[in-house]
Amino acid sequence: MNAKKLQSTNSDIKIPLICDTDTVQALILNSAARIIDVRKSEEYLQGHIRGAASLPLSQILEKEPSGIIEILKNLGITDTLPVVIYDDTFGALAARVAWTLKYVGHSNTSLLEVTYSQWKRMGLEIESNNNTFPKVEHTMRINHKIQADASYVDLVKEQEKKFLVDSRERLNFLTEHIPNAKNIPYTMLRSDTNILRKPEEIRRLIENRGMSTDSEFITYCGSAGTLSGLAFFALRSAGIKNVKLYSKSFREWKLLGKAKEEFKDANYWDLSAD
Amino acid sequence: MNNNVDSDSKDYKNLLTRTHIKWGKLEEANNFAQKVKLFRQHVLSEDDFRRFRLQHGAYGSRLQMGYSMVRIKIPGGEITPEQLEKIASLSEAFSIGSAHVSTRQNIQLHWVQLEDVSEVMRGLAEVGLTTREACGNTVRNVMCSHFAGVCAKEEFDASSYSKAIAQFFLRNPVCQNLPRKFKINFSCCNEHGLVRIADIGLIPKINENGVKGFRIYLGGGLGAASFLGHLVEPFTPENRLLSTCLATIRLFDRHGNRENMARNRMRYFVHEIGWDTFQRMLFKERSIVEMTMAGSTLESFRVLLEKHQREIFKIQKKHLELPILNTQNTSRDDSFNRWINTNTVPQKQQGYFTAFVTLGAGDITASQLRVLSAAIRDFSIERTARNTPQQNFAIRYINGKDILNFYTRLADAGLTNPGALTIASAVGCTGTTSCNLAITNSHRLAKEIEYKFLELQFDIDEDLKDSTIKISGCPNSCGQHEIATIGFFGGASRIENSMAPTYTMLFSGSTGEQGELGKTIMRVPAKRVIDILRKIIEIYRQERSEKETLKHWIRRIVNGAGTGNVKSVENIKVLLSPIAQLDPIDIDPESYKDYGSDIRFSAKTARGECAA
Repeated sequence: MNAKKLQSTNSDIKIPLICDTDTVQALILNSAARIIDVRKSEEYLQGHIRGAASLPLSQILEKEPSGIIEILKNLGITDTLPVVIYDDTFGALAARVAWTLKYVGHSNTSLLEVTYSQWKRMGLEIESNNNTFPKVEHTMRINHKIQADASYVDLVKEQEKKFLVDSRERLNFLTEHIPNAKNIPYTMLRSDTNILRKPEEIRRLIENRGMSTDSEFITYCGSAGTLSGLAFFALRSAGIKNVKLYSKSFREWKLLGKAKEEFKDANYWDLSAD
Repeated sequence: MNNNVDSDSKDYKNLLTRTHIKWGKLEEANNFAQKVKLFRQHVLSEDDFRRFRLQHGAYGSRLQMGYSMVRIKIPGGEITPEQLEKIASLSEAFSIGSAHVSTRQNIQLHWVQLEDVSEVMRGLAEVGLTTREACGNTVRNVMCSHFAGVCAKEEFDASSYSKAIAQFFLRNPVCQNLPRKFKINFSCCNEHGLVRIADIGLIPKINENGVKGFRIYLGGGLGAASFLGHLVEPFTPENRLLSTCLATIRLFDRHGNRENMARNRMRYFVHEIGWDTFQRMLFKERSIVEMTMAGSTLESFRVLLEKHQREIFKIQKKHLELPILNTQNTSRDDSFNRWINTNTVPQKQQGYFTAFVTLGAGDITASQLRVLSAAIRDFSIERTARNTPQQNFAIRYINGKDILNFYTRLADAGLTNPGALTIASAVGCTGTTSCNLAITNSHRLAKEIEYKFLELQFDIDEDLKDSTIKISGCPNSCGQHEIATIGFFGGASRIENSMAPTYTMLFSGSTGEQGELGKTIMRVPAKRVIDILRKIIEIYRQERSEKETLKHWIRRIVNGAGTGNVKSVENIKVLLSPIAQLDPIDIDPESYKDYGSDIRFSAKTARGECAA
């Protein structure tokens, strides 16, 4: 997608799930999208991508959908305006915010393919203005299809063609996990340069695992749905249509006292040099 | 006078483009992925798949066959920064975020899901590495002393020979289905290297006529029953290197025991028929090989060898053109001085140093690997690292004037622990952290010893320096406990009605051409090993004769030739026994848990996969 193409469009365009830097630059140039920085506000004020709005992850984590909608309104985001989200934490925080926006009804939401540090290293435009935007209207349309809660996970975790994906790192997974979960650590889905591998690579990884891509996938991680938020976008970008996020993740699962699988017959933690 | 910076850096760049062998093949990664699918679909039987998997370097993980240990062969231990960086990324993506340096110059990634192994292979092939024949009944990683080329005592550099041999046998039809695994170790001199504990061990030698060749030892090896290798002949010229190795492998292939898995390494065959008979068979077989070998086979080996020799020559040429400087470190930083004393060795090339990176039982994180890679690029003239059987990295050809900068670069990443060349750098196999055969957590114990010994500053005690501690988690000797000054192998002991993790302690093993196997001394509970070691050092300090190192004193005790109060093994056992006695479990519950575990110890093992 190039700047010319974007200019020729009058109404808001539909952007891909993962946006490359060229696309984002074109969107910025044409004021055709809202760029959202999810780092802490101090970090935002020290410098951010040109034109970006600040929305720290902490502001949305415990909010009801109506509160999220209020935030969107205050950031000048209409129902169809493209939103591109970035962080400086390998994409996981951005992914959690992006998933939340999709959940409350803003489907035209995407992740920037690189982190803020990489954007800066590439010499792309930054600024330190505290950007504000005129308030607009935004409707709420909860997308239940992309969300899972504990009782749903409990219900489907052993069903055919439904895969529960644990996005935590291998040692955490080996220690304990939700019964029947498959471990696809978030580190497996990223590349050396981008927050996610290419879609065809992710597809290959999934197919190697013997998981058919027309199955339903439910992702979870340790606590806040960040790592699994990134996995949500990875699987979606690979063309898997039916992906859900169990946003309250393993912390809630344990608090509810639900069954876990544990593996205590090896001292694998002692292999780590950390 | 054109000796300016530009021409210098141009030369340097030529060095950087040094070609490396492409050991790996992408199609083998794809093939592995296919085979995993066939196995999961029950098209491929478990036995057939296991043989295939091991042939390709994936070993089953402890009591969880859905996971693999992926063993990456590093022939001669030589590895580039790009390869280390790739291993860093692969360890984060598919393993546990740390990589593990083995005692045979492999680098292992643990707890990789079986279905992801092909992706690891794919990444490795991109940087020229392979896992092919790293496990199974094949010629395993060919080792070469990490000092080869820089050792002051060597007669010539064996590196090129080790790599040519490795390349010749990799994927070679003659060694795809041996009775059992087969190990080849090259040394630099008669002191360094593990020549007497390999199926074939080789020491480079130049004879009185100036002909290059080797002193070759056959039939050595460590395990439940260990043997030292036998010298084939006083001198084997280099033009008989290939035929001697081929003849040995052919004999083993034909006569090795294919029935009894516990006794099918070549050393048992040599032991059973006797060395004299084996030697006669070998000479005959070698004649046949030499008479029947195709000229093209010999020629292809010659080409491999010359290619590797040219690379080494480039390094040596480069080195001669560099200004020669002696390091005189003027730093007042105590930790730097301690590190210099325990982690660096001057090379035979004046002004150059080999620096060692101390790793806890061979473990290194992905981010540490990246820092190390950058430092190798910037400071090592040969721009590679070698991993060592002591589970550390050796970075060679560091100009003396750069050594402080090198240290500073690594310090922030936690890569400048002292003690690499001392008793503190304890070796530990993976033990119960990932191995099916392990009884105890030898891996953690090695780390605990290292922490404690560094804390006690045992590394700066010159008299402890040449002693070694090596630990295996079971009687099989991946931790090489039989060649340690003080070695341990794991087991379980019943005390009343409870099981406790214990180790059998051995004294006075050693490496090199005159190497000896350790002698069994006594059993020690896992949680008392450190106390016992401290007590041994305390007794040594009281009993030694002047200027005698711990290693020499221990040898004297083992030979029953001690002076003073402790004359023999029996005497020292009397002093150590009280420490080795355990109270019942209700009084001392901690001694009934192994390191790294909060539950009561029980000895759990499953089928080993060394043999397929």
